[in-house]
Amino acid sequence: MSSSSRFEPKIVGFICKWCTSAAADLAGVSRLKYQPNVVSLRVMCSSRVDPEHILQAFKGGADGVLVGGCHPGDCHYQVGNYQTRKRIMMLLEILKDMGISPTRLRLEWISASEGAKFQDTMNEFINTIRELGPLGLKVK
Amino acid sequence: MSKPKVALYWCSSCGGCEESVVDLAQDILPVTSAVDIIFWPVAMDFKYSDIEVLQDGEIAATLINGAIRMDEQEHIAKLLRKKSQLIIAHGSCAHLGGVVGLANFYKREDVLGEAFKEVPTVKNPKGILPQVKTEEAGRELELPALHDTVKTLDQVVQVDYYIPGCPPPPELIKNAFAAILENKLPPKGTVLAEKKALCDSCSRKESKPDKIKLSKFKRLYEVEWDPEKCFLEEGIICLGPSTRDGCGERCIKANFPCRGCFGPTDEVLDQGAKSLSYLASLIDSDDEEEVKKIIDSIPDMAGLFYRYSLASSILRGNINRGTK
Ligand code: SF4
Ligand code: FES
Repeated sequence: MSSSSRFEPKIVGFICKWCTSAAADLAGVSRLKYQPNVVSLRVMCSSRVDPEHILQAFKGGADGVLVGGCHPGDCHYQVGNYQTRKRIMMLLEILKDMGISPTRLRLEWISASEGAKFQDTMNEFINTIRELGPLGLKVK
Repeated sequence: MSKPKVALYWCSSCGGCEESVVDLAQDILPVTSAVDIIFWPVAMDFKYSDIEVLQDGEIAATLINGAIRMDEQEHIAKLLRKKSQLIIAHGSCAHLGGVVGLANFYKREDVLGEAFKEVPTVKNPKGILPQVKTEEAGRELELPALHDTVKTLDQVVQVDYYIPGCPPPPELIKNAFAAILENKLPPKGTVLAEKKALCDSCSRKESKPDKIKLSKFKRLYEVEWDPEKCFLEEGIICLGPSTRDGCGERCIKANFPCRGCFGPTDEVLDQGAKSLSYLASLIDSDDEEEVKKIIDSIPDMAGLFYRYSLASSILRGNINRGTK
């Protein structure tokens, strides 16, 4: 990468099948474009995302991680997203001690009908991380 | 036939692991009569040159305790690796980084500054820090260099087996020696303790309800001692669910919750993340602000969840970071 070229962040998205992933599909069929910096992994519920997965994503080279689930009260498994929120809140505290900016981990509620919100959120998150720069972890 | 040769060495550790060998008491006798201890700096007078002259693989088994954070330790660990058939990581620090691994939350300079300048018991007006080379009365003195990162033994050399614990119970050391002598060792890479989590054998597990809901994390002094009750049920953080069993519940029996010195089970990659995960789900609130308050009732969360395993965790601490 030459120094003049723009830093392209790598983002991992863990998105739940019932809401955020459906929103991603809706964005797709509606031809709503967003920057191609995200690799999205569909999970059954946002609460399936173990904090270990997020740490592994960072270690594996992700500059940012976005977890997407259903709005509070709407989780297909009723309370999954509440569990997710508690875990992410705790993990954010841990990340600070690990020297990783909490900005790099984001939790968003995006419902199946919110294709435009999916587009906006991704673009906005990618831009934020691009501005923040590469995470540059040096653990092997 | 000559007896198999055994070596013991210590790196960054507190000496507790050495003590755990001494704690074998009379059980050490069958061991010492069956093997030749050819190197054990803490107990007997040997020189590094005694190791250097050995053939490669001449030592049957070497137990190394302590984390690796100085170049001398790394050098000797590599030397012993070459000369030994088996290398056994002895205790939490060699296995996981241990308590000394918590230094990975800080930069090397901060660690040195704190120890040699900041602590109130130190008087160091010139701010002198340990140097690798110093001139003193016309002579050059040399000290081992401190690495910027604390490493587990297996981040430096290949390790064949692990004896967990801070320090390991003598029973596990005895079993390990027996397995070596009788050639009954499990597959390489095995942690020589139980497979399941501590809760599985915990004497308090019967009282653990199916669902635990916590509105506050408490500290020991806030609850009355009830030797029957699961700590988690009382709101006290216990790392039993994410920690390997095999310690004989030494802490639990002394009314102290598990702090994770046996490290994670085979299925767990990151003991801290796993602990966070189950503890978060016990929080009895869906209200963001209230959840925040409950989380804030845990003092030094990262230091608690990674007390013994930071250096072996996925991120290994706050080290070598390019950016934030
Ligand atoms: S959480 Fe702690 S006290 Fe409770 S059963 Fe597990 S090890 Fe025992
Ligand atoms: S199914 Fe979407 S958050 Fe649980």
